[in-house]
Amino acid sequence: MHFAGALLLLVPLVLGVSPAATAQDVLIRGAKVHTAGERGTLDDADVSIRGGRIVEVGQALAAPPGATVVEAAGRPLTPGFFGGITAIGVEEISLEPSTVDNSPTHGDGKGAFEPRPEFDVTRAFNPDSVVIGVNRLEGVTHAMVAPSASEGGTVLAGQGAVARLDGRWDAFAPASRTLFVDLGARASQASAHTRAAQFMLLEQAVGEARPGPRPLDSDFRLLTPQGRAVLARYLSGGRIAFRVDRAADIRQVLDFASATGAKPVIVGGAQAWQVAGLLAKARVPVVLDPLSNLPMSFDQLGATLENAARLHEAGVPIVFTNLITPTHNAYQVRQAAGVAVAHGLPWDAALAALTRVPAQTFGLGAELGEIAPGRAADLVLWSGDPFEVTTVAEQVWIDGRAQSMRSRQTELRDRYRPASP
Amino acid sequence: MRRIVAGLVSGLWVLGCAHAAAPDPYPSTYRAPASAPTLIRNATVLDGAGRRFDGADVLMRDGRIVAVGAGLSPDGATIVDGSGRWVTPGIIDVHSHLGVYPVPELDAHQDGNEATDPVTAGVWAEHGVWPQDPGFETALEGGVTTMQILPGSANLIGGRGVTVRNVRATTYQEMKFPGAPHGLKMACGENPKRVYGGQDRAPSTRMGNVAGYRQAFADAQDYREQWREYEQELAAWERKGTGRRPSDDPAPVPPKRDLRLETLVAAMAGDIQVHIHCYRADEMALMLDLAREFGFRVAAFHHGVEAYKLAGRLAKEGVCGALWADWWGFKIEAYDAIWENLAFVDAPEGGCAIVHSDSAAGIQRLNQEAAKAMERGRRAGLAIPPERAIRWITSHAARSLGIADRVGTLEPGRVADVVLWSGDPFSVYAQADLVFVDGALAYDRARPRGAPESDFLLGQPIGGAR
Repeated sequence: MHFAGALLLLVPLVLGVSPAATAQDVLIRGAKVHTAGERGTLDDADVSIRGGRIVEVGQALAAPPGATVVEAAGRPLTPGFFGGITAIGVEEISLEPSTVDNSPTHGDGKGAFEPRPEFDVTRAFNPDSVVIGVNRLEGVTHAMVAPSASEGGTVLAGQGAVARLDGRWDAFAPASRTLFVDLGARASQASAHTRAAQFMLLEQAVGEARPGPRPLDSDFRLLTPQGRAVLARYLSGGRIAFRVDRAADIRQVLDFASATGAKPVIVGGAQAWQVAGLLAKARVPVVLDPLSNLPMSFDQLGATLENAARLHEAGVPIVFTNLITPTHNAYQVRQAAGVAVAHGLPWDAALAALTRVPAQTFGLGAELGEIAPGRAADLVLWSGDPFEVTTVAEQVWIDGRAQSMRSRQTELRDRYRPASP
Repeated sequence: MRRIVAGLVSGLWVLGCAHAAAPDPYPSTYRAPASAPTLIRNATVLDGAGRRFDGADVLMRDGRIVAVGAGLSPDGATIVDGSGRWVTPGIIDVHSHLGVYPVPELDAHQDGNEATDPVTAGVWAEHGVWPQDPGFETALEGGVTTMQILPGSANLIGGRGVTVRNVRATTYQEMKFPGAPHGLKMACGENPKRVYGGQDRAPSTRMGNVAGYRQAFADAQDYREQWREYEQELAAWERKGTGRRPSDDPAPVPPKRDLRLETLVAAMAGDIQVHIHCYRADEMALMLDLAREFGFRVAAFHHGVEAYKLAGRLAKEGVCGALWADWWGFKIEAYDAIWENLAFVDAPEGGCAIVHSDSAAGIQRLNQEAAKAMERGRRAGLAIPPERAIRWITSHAARSLGIADRVGTLEPGRVADVVLWSGDPFSVYAQADLVFVDGALAYDRARPRGAPESDFLLGQPIGGAR
């Protein structure tokens, strides 16, 4: 009974973010504008939005005709936050397989290496997932929707892309497409129980994807024809995200990438600080969880709350993600950003790790991640310092459109709110 | 009521009537470290008992809180400047698996779930605690001075939890909180039925779960009765005289000890605090009925994602809700989470909200988790000042563990577990500057980091990480 009621209550929420609606014209006046770009932070600044794009950032801007005017009253305004590497929209309830689509188990499901780079998790995306609304309410406007190797799955997990989280059906930006490869201890079951085999098999797959004669009738064929075509695309300058923690494995990845022509991104990187110089030199970004300070495995010995600060100091581009509860609580990246600041990362670098750097890392640098003319108007007006645990997002815009600031959770809250004393 | 016949009835101590005299077969060897008197001056103090003192001093001596107030005389104590800083009691986590599910997560270290039978009330978490878990040290850096280590939730009745002091030790007995009662870990809902249903054995449904608890407690009632009868027979036999007995009048034979049922009898007697992993409101209500049927009290529901739906009843029955601020969605019984859960459970008269971690990561930031819930509660219209919210990670936690007379507040006479925070502990930027356990300085953020406390980490290639 109650559940049916909750479903009914969802209907207006869904209508509220209808993809058919047109983008809006808005003037946000008098904000503390954290541009995440060259202009840094501007006090008492205005942001003018037309047709869903930022057209001007400055003082005392005139409101475009018919624009909605929002008085920020000095509150912080940031670009919409990147929610990290998630399964938002492809994982509703983690332990209910009928609602989970991000974790393919090809082959016999018992650890056979059956790489299917052509697997594209974005095809399963559900723009109506309540997980989207919960995260957006906390200022997350876009996130990488990624496949992951399940237990008994494959090292070559498949492809993901960055989704805009406003309920639109065509949520993915093609430029953000990324191939995911899971390496190290966590993926050893899917590769003959040894990480040496991971590179052996990857190199074999690369060999198949390259032009030239190949033993099509061989029993040792790894990829399907589609898989070869997809992998070939990524090897010619495409982006491959490697989930890997150990410093020695990161070195292997860098060698593999330079030998094959792929553009690597490190995800996890608990020991990345130990090879910060190499990563900086190769301009390889690291997507990390600033809260990861425990040696969850031998690959993560030396994990530290200072990973973000050390990598930044060395010149490595860093992006934040939540590795513990990456989907339902993706938004906790902003709390993690605060912890990173408390452990030595400059505040502006933490903001960049949630905005500009992820946009650049995933091919969307011209579109998202900064408050600057020409960028999409994906913005968040905060009640205070956006990293502070007592701060809330007061208004979220995506493409200039004010998003509903309700979710299934606020519906439940209001149903059970205790009477005022 | 019962005469103690040493060496003959070693099982009797669990029967409730004489537990105070019963020796713990695995006794605490914890010794409060030597400590110099310390006076923290001019800090903002949240005392854990609901009071806030601005510009106040905190005096510790001989491991105890002496006083909180303005202008205390140092009287030879080491003086710490608390200006701009905040003081709280040591943080208490009622739900930890440190030591039983340590890091690294190695196959050989999975000691938290005896998942071989749905009722393993005879196992004790303390017998699986690895004191070298690196998570103890990181928890200390988050201000955690006491924690309950529980078995996992694979089983309907998973076994006994242990409350420990967060001090470096070679054996868990050196950490064991002297005199703290055991906890009993029970679990509702999905986990037990998934574990055993997957093996084609009971329980595979929620019906099976409840039948499992009921049968276990019914067996415990029967066991309690056997011991009562035996005690009566023994007493009668002893009354017959102290002289030499004929060979056809042997002493009555005690029932065979059953470690599972001993634990459940002790829970029914109130000697063990019952902690139940339970997400859904309807299942919490079921467990309250179960508790009434068998005459035990529930100390706290853990995880309680839907506790807010039952907040009034929990408060009325004096049951705490040990909760996360915002974890949700990992299973359907965790789908109805709201950020205001803690605040709503705290709201009614007598409400007892606790922030728990269930996580080696989360235990490091219980203050931040409390802050999140405090703010959402305020925005929902509840008045929750910091001096109220701090109780969620101090005195309320102590109450559910049965140790509220010793820790959890800064009232005079309490154990001097004290955290000096770099600022408002409800800020993401605040860090524990100093952590005192029993009045002794256990952690000092300003001190250059030496070798890791965990033997496991010693000599590992982590040097620059510290």
